Amino acid sequence: MNKTVNPNELTSDDDYGPLYAARKKVYPQSVHGTFRRIKWGLMAFCLGVYYFLPFVRWNRGLGAPSQAVLIDLPNSRFYFFFIELWPQEVYYFTGLLIVAAVALFLMNSVGGRIWCGYLCPQTVWTDLFYAVERLVEGDRRERMKKDKSSDPMKLERISEIVLKHSIWLMIAWWTGGAWVLYFNDAPTLVKELVTFQAPMIAYIWIAILTATTYVLAGFMREQVCTYMCPWPRIQAALTDEWALNVTYRYDRGEKRTSVKKAAELRALGEHVGDCVDCYQCVAVCPTGIDIRNGPQMECIQCGLCIDACDNVMTKIGRPKRLIGYDNDINIQRRQEGKAPVYRIIRPRTVVYSAIIAVIGGFMIYTLATRSLLDVNVLHDRNPVAVKLSDGSIRNAYTVRLLNKSGYDRLVAIDADGPANLTTHVVGIDSVTPDRPMIVIPRDSTSELRLLVTAPAESNPEKSIPVRFHVTDIGLGEVATTTDNFVAP
Amino acid sequence: MTDHHGDIDSVTGKSTTGHEWDGIKELNTPLPRWWVISFYLTIIWAIGYWIVYPAWPLISSNTTGLLGYSTRASLAVELANLEALRGEKMAALAAAPLADIQKDPALLALARAKGRTVFGDNCAPCHGSGGAGAKGFPNLNDDDWLWGGTLEQIMQTIQFGARSGHAKTHEGQMLAFGKDGVLKPDEIVTVANYVRSLSGLSTGKGFDAAKGEKIFAENCVACHGDGGKGNPEMGAPNLTDKIWLYGSDEATLIETISQGRAGVMPAWEGRLDSATLKAMAVYVHSLGGGK
Ligand code: SF4
Ligand code: SF4
Repeated sequence: MNKTVNPNELTSDDDYGPLYAARKKVYPQSVHGTFRRIKWGLMAFCLGVYYFLPFVRWNRGLGAPSQAVLIDLPNSRFYFFFIELWPQEVYYFTGLLIVAAVALFLMNSVGGRIWCGYLCPQTVWTDLFYAVERLVEGDRRERMKKDKSSDPMKLERISEIVLKHSIWLMIAWWTGGAWVLYFNDAPTLVKELVTFQAPMIAYIWIAILTATTYVLAGFMREQVCTYMCPWPRIQAALTDEWALNVTYRYDRGEKRTSVKKAAELRALGEHVGDCVDCYQCVAVCPTGIDIRNGPQMECIQCGLCIDACDNVMTKIGRPKRLIGYDNDINIQRRQEGKAPVYRIIRPRTVVYSAIIAVIGGFMIYTLATRSLLDVNVLHDRNPVAVKLSDGSIRNAYTVRLLNKSGYDRLVAIDADGPANLTTHVVGIDSVTPDRPMIVIPRDSTSELRLLVTAPAESNPEKSIPVRFHVTDIGLGEVATTTDNFVAP
Repeated sequence: MTDHHGDIDSVTGKSTTGHEWDGIKELNTPLPRWWVISFYLTIIWAIGYWIVYPAWPLISSNTTGLLGYSTRASLAVELANLEALRGEKMAALAAAPLADIQKDPALLALARAKGRTVFGDNCAPCHGSGGAGAKGFPNLNDDDWLWGGTLEQIMQTIQFGARSGHAKTHEGQMLAFGKDGVLKPDEIVTVANYVRSLSGLSTGKGFDAAKGEKIFAENCVACHGDGGKGNPEMGAPNLTDKIWLYGSDEATLIETISQGRAGVMPAWEGRLDSATLKAMAVYVHSLGGGK
């Protein structure tokens, strides 16, 4: 390890050489096995949700959007099945982001970069694009041969390339198309898109996302993970010695020899490893690395090399999982003759789970008890208090009433505090019996100017707390907030 | 870039630039080609920019550029677009009678929002940004209105002003009883104290109420009315309430009576369009709830 370095070896960079290293194209081989099946399943699920969710309907009553998941930007509303969020409730998204981040930490401490290998959109779409490529152009060897061939292009080859790119573009186009459907009523938008009636912005977004999907999944592929994504760097700092990473169990694999030689040496009673140096694990790797060199930043933990090696092991009659989800501690332990230990429940995972449970639980609680009637009050700052001609003191407030329900509501507003306060809403004359009433249309806000007056003889103190009540006359639901009444 | 200066650094084996500071030599490490190319491209881009857009200041103007672009023109376009965007709503505001604006929540909200900004631009210098007023400039949040506090009266005051020189302006002023020699100094003191007594304020020692009442009746009732209740027709303030535009202490009252007062409110008609004037009236009316 600590060998002395000759200074001349440090000066290997060549000033007049190429400015960057060219990409070595990766030709992942197809593989069958447990992890490949998991990946197919997750891909089908994720893409299915993404592509079809906008078409799921949800009945919210007349006049309200009937799309289950809808981001209604013009009206600043977010709909998710039975949940409807208003702009002032964006903290739910903050909560969601925190939960997502901690969930990522949790995944990492349990299984390393399983997010990257199975769920990351870049992985999922790249995988899909590879599947198309394999279907059209054949598996690894064929593709390598075709790319290398310097023959003038034959019609067959050209048609293959055209077909591949057309399918890619169609997938990419659908990806961009599904995106915009989340922002508008899907069936209507589809109709508008086909008849070229849709807003320009929809076409622009489809174009952008078609282009990014096509380029990122079709051409950039593993380079996104290696050079563009910050997550590999971050996850290195998040992972710990107990996290299960895709690991080549070199204690079992070394020394590598060919199948034949291994049999001979074993017969002689010599120690040989199980790895037969067949390079199957390298051939299937979508990032083109050799996992036998130890954990590497490029590895997205997709487990495909596990499947590849398992197949080899089965064929040569050795136990599976020469490559598997494991950690270096166990390799050490096995070498010392101890049994491997797996520890999923550790302080780290417990803390992460607790954070997720607390924040998630709090969000669910607030969502469940979310009130559909709300009031915000803003005291006039300029002037804070006004003296009236009879000597009484008046404060003005801007009151914002929120009716988050699906029906119009008639509400009464009153203010109570120590002094004998009277309330008046600018523009409302009818006061029944002695408090202003107003209708707030459904799913909207109303802003009012509220004047609160304390009589001269009450001689109010410098600042007294006031409670504002907004009462739904029909349902009796009350929203309350407090502010201060100020005397000059 | 490939000038070696014949000086090779022994450690790295690279050529140096020949520059040396305190025995430290600078290696000649060329920039990446793409970097150099983008550098030259930005220079070419900049030159193109000079030609296409206005760039060079001349003595009294500037080069206008091939595109004839100007920020002022593009601002004008944007403002016009904005006007067009708001056109329908503002037209509704211009068409609606004052009283109807208050009854329609959408129009009211529009008028208040518009009124607030226009107020900030035009009225705030005198009345304060929140309409709280100052000495000599009425507070618009209270319930005391010199020229009347109904929507129509407020509208009229904004349109034509007070002593503004406009043909339809509010006229009438507080005479300078001292300067013009109508009242003698001791009479002024007496009537000042009498006026304070009208709104329940304390009076000075040896104040003769009967005399004060007499002076008031002879000189002030014509404008301020019987009992000093004021007269919005003439902008004569109510002297019995707790609100004093110029101050209620004895010295201020003496000054007011001696020198007279004639605050000026400019006429806004002609400077602002009718929809804007209406919005302002509605906004001011809603500040204190009007009358
Ligand atoms: S080394 Fe294995 S787990 Fe890592 S990216 Fe390659 S195939 Fe996937
Ligand atoms: S697939 Fe297994 S046996 Fe083959 S080279 Fe890789 S680790 Fe060795």
